[in-house]
Order: sequence, then structure tokens, then C-alpha cells
Amino acid sequence: MAALQSSTLDALKKNQPQLLVEWTHGLETSGAARNIKEQDLKQQTSDFLQLIVSGLENGNGQNITTPGWEEIRQFLEKLSHSRALLGQDSQQTASFIFSLKGPLFALLQNHYQDSPALLAEQLWEISELLDALGMHVIRTFQKSREAVIKRQQEELLELSTPVVKLWDGVLALPMIGTLDSQRTQVVMESLLQRIVDTGSEIAIIDITGVPTVDTLVAQHLLKTVTAIRLMGADCIISGVRPQIAQTIVHLGLDLQGVVTKANLADALKLALTRLGLTVSKAD
Amino acid sequence: MTVRSSGTHPIHIEQDVVLARQLARKLAQECGMRLIDLTKLVTAVSELARNTMVYGGGGDMDWQILDESPRTGLRLVFRDEGPGIPDVKLAMTDGWTSGSGLGLGLTGAKRLVNEFELDTAPGKGTRITITRWT
Amino acid sequence: MERIPILQMGDFLLVTIQVDMHDQLALTLQDDLSERISRTSARGVLIDISALDMVDSFIGRMIGTISGLSKIMDAQTVLVGMQPAVAITLVELGLTLPGVSTALNVERGMKLLQERVRNQ
Repeated sequence: MAALQSSTLDALKKNQPQLLVEWTHGLETSGAARNIKEQDLKQQTSDFLQLIVSGLENGNGQNITTPGWEEIRQFLEKLSHSRALLGQDSQQTASFIFSLKGPLFALLQNHYQDSPALLAEQLWEISELLDALGMHVIRTFQKSREAVIKRQQEELLELSTPVVKLWDGVLALPMIGTLDSQRTQVVMESLLQRIVDTGSEIAIIDITGVPTVDTLVAQHLLKTVTAIRLMGADCIISGVRPQIAQTIVHLGLDLQGVVTKANLADALKLALTRLGLTVSKAD
Repeated sequence: MTVRSSGTHPIHIEQDVVLARQLARKLAQECGMRLIDLTKLVTAVSELARNTMVYGGGGDMDWQILDESPRTGLRLVFRDEGPGIPDVKLAMTDGWTSGSGLGLGLTGAKRLVNEFELDTAPGKGTRITITRWT
Repeated sequence: MERIPILQMGDFLLVTIQVDMHDQLALTLQDDLSERISRTSARGVLIDISALDMVDSFIGRMIGTISGLSKIMDAQTVLVGMQPAVAITLVELGLTLPGVSTALNVERGMKLLQERVRNQ
């Protein structure tokens, strides 16, 4: 495979301002620059072009996985991450790079107008390079999006499983839906924090709305109970349906003296008793 | 994945273990780690740094902050030129929970981190690498 | 040599750990406490760790040892103020401090100690 000629590199360097103008124009008309501040876009395009020039100058050819292209890879990763946060999709983010092709091809056509064979070859080389960079952006973008989604899921979990204060000193955590490992962890952490914040001595974890409990989830529940006790509070698990009770016995899980109640009402009754409170009719 | 920054910290005297914890805490905060993950990491560092000092006869803790956008990682290597761990299987059992004070607490530390690698042999010293990601 | 101060409050001793302890400091505390319990015939020990953002196996064992020592000397021990992140980490480490009583804060801890001593 032939390499990018040094004259191509020279043409690039000499025509940077022109390239930037055409490229930015292309980005704006295609909508890839929507929601991006003008100042930021200017900085990003100028930096990127400069990084391509220095990348080519480092003589590492077009293999962008080599250390010579380290800087541009990091730049693209940062760009990708910031675009993901702005809610752009991968196409819009990748078009940041691909829109540079137009102006670059025009430049090369002009530069090599007397040597069509060389033109064809150089166009191919520059295209390969930009494609590789574009793929890198898309890959990084995907990873960023996944991380954003994961964080949003966590926040959603916290919101959808609120810790409720049933009485002074009694908190309840009604868990609904299937409990997966990650969800259980996030939710349990917020319960522990609420215990400290409110100084509540009893936490009732209600699993009425949980269809199944597997070993992993049961282990998490037990870990949470142990942590609650270490902190100086206690825990009651309510809503233990016969099927779940069977699963617990079947799995040979040791509940370590955690009191379980069939429903939330019974758990509340027990909690109030433990706190030395009684409920009586107002005659 | 790139190494954003790195360094090393000696572990020879008791105070070094405290300093190692504090350094790990600072680095983990730099990575933007959540409090619970940070606490687990610092606790693991305390265990391993103590081991290096007590069983390894002193050594060093190398650290690296890793950039794997979008996640960041903190990698620590505890190395010593001590006697090495003769029975790795035994070392990886929860010896100390029985209160005997024996056992190196390695399995406990392993549960507190995302990646754990133990490289040791009698007479060849010990090298433990742990990594925690955001 | 630096030491962790031990306050006497009637029949009880209060220890507030606020520094990042090195091992020797923890062992010194252990010795100091047992000596104080014996000297004052204290009936209870309250250990406040609300300022600790990390408790490892060494400190965990120290707490367990203090609890055991006190019991032998006819004193109850209550550990208060453990932070959530610390609790979660200890559980993950497998260190559950069996036989150590806990309370949410100093106030509740005191109440617990008083109850215990009364019931003896």
C-alpha cells in the first residue's frame, strides 16, 4: 500500500485556514454542529486538523493504533464523550470527521490536477485515514453512551425505590419488580444513608412486590442486614411469600436471626413494639 | 487505555501504611470514584500495604491512573522482595475471620476490588496488583 | 507518644477515634483502655467511630479484642456511629464483629449501656 506523499502533507499544512472554513460550513449545513457553541466548534476543528498534521508528520503512516497517533485518539475520545453528553447520536458525532472529506478531496484534486494516478492514490490514502478515525469515534461514542445509560439507570433506580419514613425511627424500603444485583446494591446504599441521616433504628425491607429471589439477591439482602446491624440499627424483612420462603430454605441460606414477617403491617407492628410504642383507639 | 499519571510510594515503616491509604484516597478521588467504591479500595490498600510491611519485610506501592474513556481506573501494585507466599491456596482462605490473627486477608481484599492478581513464589518475593474502576 | 484520649463519664468510658490510626496507635489504645477499665472499674465502654471513613481488618480486630477484654473485666462495650460505606466494606471483607454491640450514635449508645448495666 502506498503512503501519503509528503506533498499531500504540505498541501494540507498550507491550506489549513481554507479547509477549516469549508469544513465548518459543511458541519453547519448538515446539522452536525447543532447545539455546539461556535467557539467550541472552531477550537475543535482547528485542533483536529492540527493533530492530523502532526500525526502524519510523526511518520507512523495511517495505522492509527500506533503511539504516534495517541494524541488524536485521546482528542477523539474526549470529543466523543462530550457529544454523547449533549445527546448527539453516533452518526452526528462521526460526521464531524467525515465532513472533512469533502474539503480535503477538493484540495487534493486541485493539488494533483496534473497527475490523475497519484490523485486517485492519495484520495484513497486520506480516505482510509479518515475512515479509521471515524470508526474510532463511533466505537468510543458507543462506550460513552453505554456509560451514560448505566448512570441514568442507577439514578432511575434510586428514584423508583424510595425509602419511606413510616414513623419516627422506622424506615421502610418497598422493593418492587425483579431484583438484580446492581439494582439491589444501589438501593441498599441509599437505605443505609437514610438510616444515618434520620437516625432511624429500624428499617423494614418489604419484598412483597418481588416475584423471585435468587441466591445472589438473597446474599445482597443479607449483606445489607449485616451492614445495618453494624451501624447500630436493625432490620425486618416483610412480604416473604411462601415461594420465597421455600427458595430460601432450598438454597440453605442462613437468615442469621433476621426477623421476617408475612406483610408490612405485621412488620410495622413489631417495629413499634420494639420502640416501646402502642397504638390505641382514641376512645 | 492510557496511563494518565503514575508514581510510587515506599512501604517500610508503619506510618507508610497510613500514608499509602491517604495517597490511595486522594488518587481515587481524582478518578472521580464514588464514596463506597473509594472506601473499599482504600481498605484494600490498607490490608495489602500492611502485608507488604509485615510479611514482605517492606516494599513499594506503585500506582497508575488509567484512562479508558469513559471510565477511569486506579491500579496499584504492592511488591516486596520478601519470602514469598508458600501456599497460595491457604493464603486465599479467610484465615483471619476465625480471629486467629493468621491469614493474610487476601480474599477479603480481593472482594473489594475489580481486578486482583497475585504473583508470588517462595524466595521470589510477592507482587499483588489490584485495580478499581469508576 | 500520641495517644487517643479516653474520657470518663461516670461509670462509663468514652473513646472518640478521630485520627487515621497507624497500627501502634491502635494497640496503645487497646492497652490504655484495659488499664483504665481495671483502674476505674468502669461498667461500660463507648467507642465512637463516626469520624472514621475507613475501618480495616486490623482496626476491626482491635475493636473485637477490646470488646472481649472488657467483658472479662465486667464491662460492656458499645460501638457507635459506623458510616454506611464503612459498614458495607466490612461486610464485604467478611468482618462482622460478632459479639460487639452497636448503636447509631453516642446518645443511643449511652442509653444502651445504661440498660445493659441495669439488667445485669
